[in-house]
Amino acid sequence: MIGIGIAKGLVQTARNLLGTYTDKDRLPTIEYPEERQALTEATRQFPFLVHDGDDPAKGLRCVACQICEKECPPKCIYIVKSRDKRVDYKGQMQFYPATFDIDYSVCMSCQICVEVCPFESIKMDTEFEFSTADRFRGLLFDKHRLAKSDAHYHRIHPTDAAESDAVMAAERAKAEAKAKADAEAKAKAAAAKLAPTPAASPEAQMEAPKPGSDTPTMPM
Amino acid sequence: MNRPTPESFVVRPRVDHEGTELEGDMLEVSMGPQHPSTHGVFRMDVVLDGETVVKLKPVFGYLHRNHEKIAEGTSYLGSMPYTDRLDYFCSLTNNWAYALAVERLAGLQVPERAEYIRVITAELTRLQNHVGLCGFLLQDMGALGTPLMWAFRQREKVLDLFESLTGARMMCNYMRFGGCRCDLPAGWLEQARTVVADFPAFLREFETLLSGNEILMARTQGVGRLSPELAVAGSVTGPMLRASGVDYDVRKVDRYGIYDRFEFRVPLGDHGDVYDRYMIRVLEMHESLAILRQALKGIPGGPVIDPKAKLRGFRPKPGESYGRIEGPKGELGFYLVSDGGPNPYRYRIRPPSFINLTLLEDMCLGRSIADAVIILGSVDIVLGEVDR
Repeated sequence: MIGIGIAKGLVQTARNLLGTYTDKDRLPTIEYPEERQALTEATRQFPFLVHDGDDPAKGLRCVACQICEKECPPKCIYIVKSRDKRVDYKGQMQFYPATFDIDYSVCMSCQICVEVCPFESIKMDTEFEFSTADRFRGLLFDKHRLAKSDAHYHRIHPTDAAESDAVMAAERAKAEAKAKADAEAKAKAAAAKLAPTPAASPEAQMEAPKPGSDTPTMPM
Repeated sequence: MNRPTPESFVVRPRVDHEGTELEGDMLEVSMGPQHPSTHGVFRMDVVLDGETVVKLKPVFGYLHRNHEKIAEGTSYLGSMPYTDRLDYFCSLTNNWAYALAVERLAGLQVPERAEYIRVITAELTRLQNHVGLCGFLLQDMGALGTPLMWAFRQREKVLDLFESLTGARMMCNYMRFGGCRCDLPAGWLEQARTVVADFPAFLREFETLLSGNEILMARTQGVGRLSPELAVAGSVTGPMLRASGVDYDVRKVDRYGIYDRFEFRVPLGDHGDVYDRYMIRVLEMHESLAILRQALKGIPGGPVIDPKAKLRGFRPKPGESYGRIEGPKGELGFYLVSDGGPNPYRYRIRPPSFINLTLLEDMCLGRSIADAVIILGSVDIVLGEVDR
């Protein structure tokens, strides 16, 4: 009979309408600015730079290796390497970014910079409310605005942050072991200097990992 | 320019009820690119005789982003997030097709767990694409609000799964060459099982609401018929081809990934009209759910990425490869030529929405302009993929 399908549909609609009063599952919307959805741990919005310690200027993990700048698909990262070096968390001399800009208006939140970074220094933030009246400067973030503490990273991505810590601890242990071995080799070489056959210089092996190279030492 | 001019039309003499000949002018209407029923920035140059479509020319390119050329200048990995933006409804299947092509080029082996994750995410993608399409199709027919909102309510649950897995609801960027970017988070499988278990109830509800609805049947049955011969000749793929009754599903034909391990049927249509295309999608959702139930039961542990896979400095050896999968819209293929460098020498996409769209005129001729809208809706296009 014509109309039965329509009547069935209307019954279904009525059941849904009444269901909204009893079933919470039928009311999926939330009142956004007042009420917020809990973000999942994997949520990614825009990248930020992690710094250790309290001073963002000194504690940036970034060594200006420019891998993320090269790999970024929309090319929204701009880095200028420093002229001098400073001591990083492993106790090695490293460059640091003199300039590190990310244009958030170009960034497409793909997380590739995070994946390729061998130094655990660039991570994804969960902040998304960046609306601004200044369309050029307002979304161009320099390193002072990008720097956020390790504690912030631990708060938004606890699992990832723990993994990063483990990787960095392993690297530090490796660097310390290497430094120790180098010191021993140096002592041995000094002892061997007294002998007529000179040993190979151990300094050549002490070189810090070359920033900017395609084969960084740290595994992902 | 090949624009239709009034002189080029054959004006058929028409008679009114008394037998007197009437004369009328054709009317050229430019539908789009801002028309709400064109699913994006798509334009149809329609020539109308009264309300009947006499000629229809699809015009596209408004969303052209030069994706293929950009990919030739970007590293292999750098193109992965761009594939999300092709068909932004189904970013995970786009990722898979591209990853498949690169894996064939570089000879990477995908671990078993990653294959299962790929099947699960691809079938979830199919669910949310089809459910979205059914909602939009009914929106095109004038059922404003209810069906689309119901469809989206269910789609959001799948998108929540994607968000907790990949970090983004639509631009997932999840698959990598040789596996997946990260393992499933804790509790994700249970969450997915709940969504899969709740889905049939929604489908029943949706079908009670619509499938037997007389207005829907009157609007769609017999409209926009596509014969199997024409569909094959036009290399139409996906649900549109199967609605015309041609048994062709890349999941069955190619058995890429681990699809040979799952039991599922390929629904086929009889008439090739808009109603069949709508029903095929509903039936495919049932089959996707069957695949999902098997995959969620059988997913093994283990690594999710080939240990040989390299993120930085990835240079596959020279050669060419073609990876194709059954996307929710049809056969999605990526053709790659490598010269051994860090970026592909040639990068070409076989976009299902674009190729399915080429037969739009054949389906619309002789129908009214209102039918043209739902025929376009039933083709299921996403302009991000059509224009690339």
